Amino acid sequence: MADKQQGTFTVKAGLAEMLKGGVIMDVTTPEQAVIAERAGAVAVMALERVPADIRAAGGVARMASPRIVKSIMEAVSIPVMAKARIGHFVEAEVLEALEVDYIDESEVLTPADDQYHIDKWRFNVPFVCGARDLGEALRRIAEGAAMIRTKGEPGTGNVVEAVRHLRQVNAQIRQVVSTPSGELADLAKELRAPLDLVRRVKELGRLPVVNFSAGGVASPADAALMMQLGADGIFVGSGIFKSSNPEAMARAVVRATLHYNDPKIIAEVSEDIGESMPGLEMATLKPADRMQDRGI
Amino acid sequence: MRIGVLAIQGDVREHLQHVVQVGAEAVSVRTVADLANVEGLIIPGGESTTIGMLMQEEGLISAIQQRVANEGFPVYGTCAGLILLAKDVIGKSPARLGLMDIVADRNAYGRQVASFEADLDIVGVEGGPFHAVFIRAPQIVTVGSDVIPLAYYHDQVVMARQGSLLVSSFHPEMTEDTRIHQYFVEVVANRVMTS
Repeated sequence: MADKQQGTFTVKAGLAEMLKGGVIMDVTTPEQAVIAERAGAVAVMALERVPADIRAAGGVARMASPRIVKSIMEAVSIPVMAKARIGHFVEAEVLEALEVDYIDESEVLTPADDQYHIDKWRFNVPFVCGARDLGEALRRIAEGAAMIRTKGEPGTGNVVEAVRHLRQVNAQIRQVVSTPSGELADLAKELRAPLDLVRRVKELGRLPVVNFSAGGVASPADAALMMQLGADGIFVGSGIFKSSNPEAMARAVVRATLHYNDPKIIAEVSEDIGESMPGLEMATLKPADRMQDRGI
Repeated sequence: MRIGVLAIQGDVREHLQHVVQVGAEAVSVRTVADLANVEGLIIPGGESTTIGMLMQEEGLISAIQQRVANEGFPVYGTCAGLILLAKDVIGKSPARLGLMDIVADRNAYGRQVASFEADLDIVGVEGGPFHAVFIRAPQIVTVGSDVIPLAYYHDQVVMARQGSLLVSSFHPEMTEDTRIHQYFVEVVANRVMTS
């Protein structure tokens, strides 16, 4: 009796289940983390810079300084996530040693490996990974990801890519569900995804782990849109602390995420929240500026 | 029998599924009006700060407190739900119901890397040990004289009951085992018969 198991897939995926219906906010200081927590965020993502600033700064974006991560962990009682570069398993080891609650192996940072993602099975800390379609999501889950977020296009304040990716994942799930079992092997090949996971998707009618929406949410209505399209919850990167009134925006996004089916409440929470972050039109992005194409 | 699951944030779906599996009708509760239609309520796992704040905004805290005071309304809190039901919480405290005579310590088992699974013997739950999933779990550090401990992990109370209020540090909705939901349904059924 009372022997315990740690780092199991159940407890990794389980924490993501507890975050459902909530908003996870990017923060760069303990003060911002406290604002996020007070506004009702279910977790924060500790970063050196928000994606919009990473975009503006250019160059190589790496894991945040442990000093920043630790100071944010001390400031709040909600879970703290942090980003590691795609394939950079040592950054992930460092974040695990700091005892962050979730690692985001993220295309927002500059990839460290253009071929392989981190082998996430060998960690006790759970990972969330980005995906633009079902095959990508299932490849990440096969590598050990316990949570998925559709990628969108980070740091743009433009929700169009977030919508595209979530619709794509959902359309492909419907396709898997309606495909006869005998034809799933072919479909798995087409999706470049492991057959056992494709079978699991057919059984469940959804991804086998929680799927949040990321990359472009910049207003309460954006958050509610992603929830109506079937997201389990919302990541807001630059959308809170690049807006003119972060405190008000944070609260409004949380309430709109909860009441996503009630336009009257969304209208009410959208009053007096200042200006959303400035947005970017996708056509103005050069191919090299598209973060979503990293680590597919 | 209609059992509500507080559907503000957290693993609502898993609780709804378990309620259906034990033969009760499962209802999502988001508003005070929803609450009026259920005979018992489960508060799921999630972030207690978020759930507490939004419960307060919806007027659900006082509505639940009234039903518990007036009619012994049964409430079962898992993890975050335990924190919301606790009379006192160590450290930073979210807005909460504060109905059960226990003191809770949030995330007392440590951060996510310390989350774990373990088998427990539970008083009143027959059929062998219950496989329990603890995720950033709170501890019950003090129990009042009216509170009956139902399960221990390393001498620490992890499940308890006070009248028709039930709490667990762990998540019975994270496994296929529905015995604890069955137990709660019986708590609700017995209260209905005696009132």
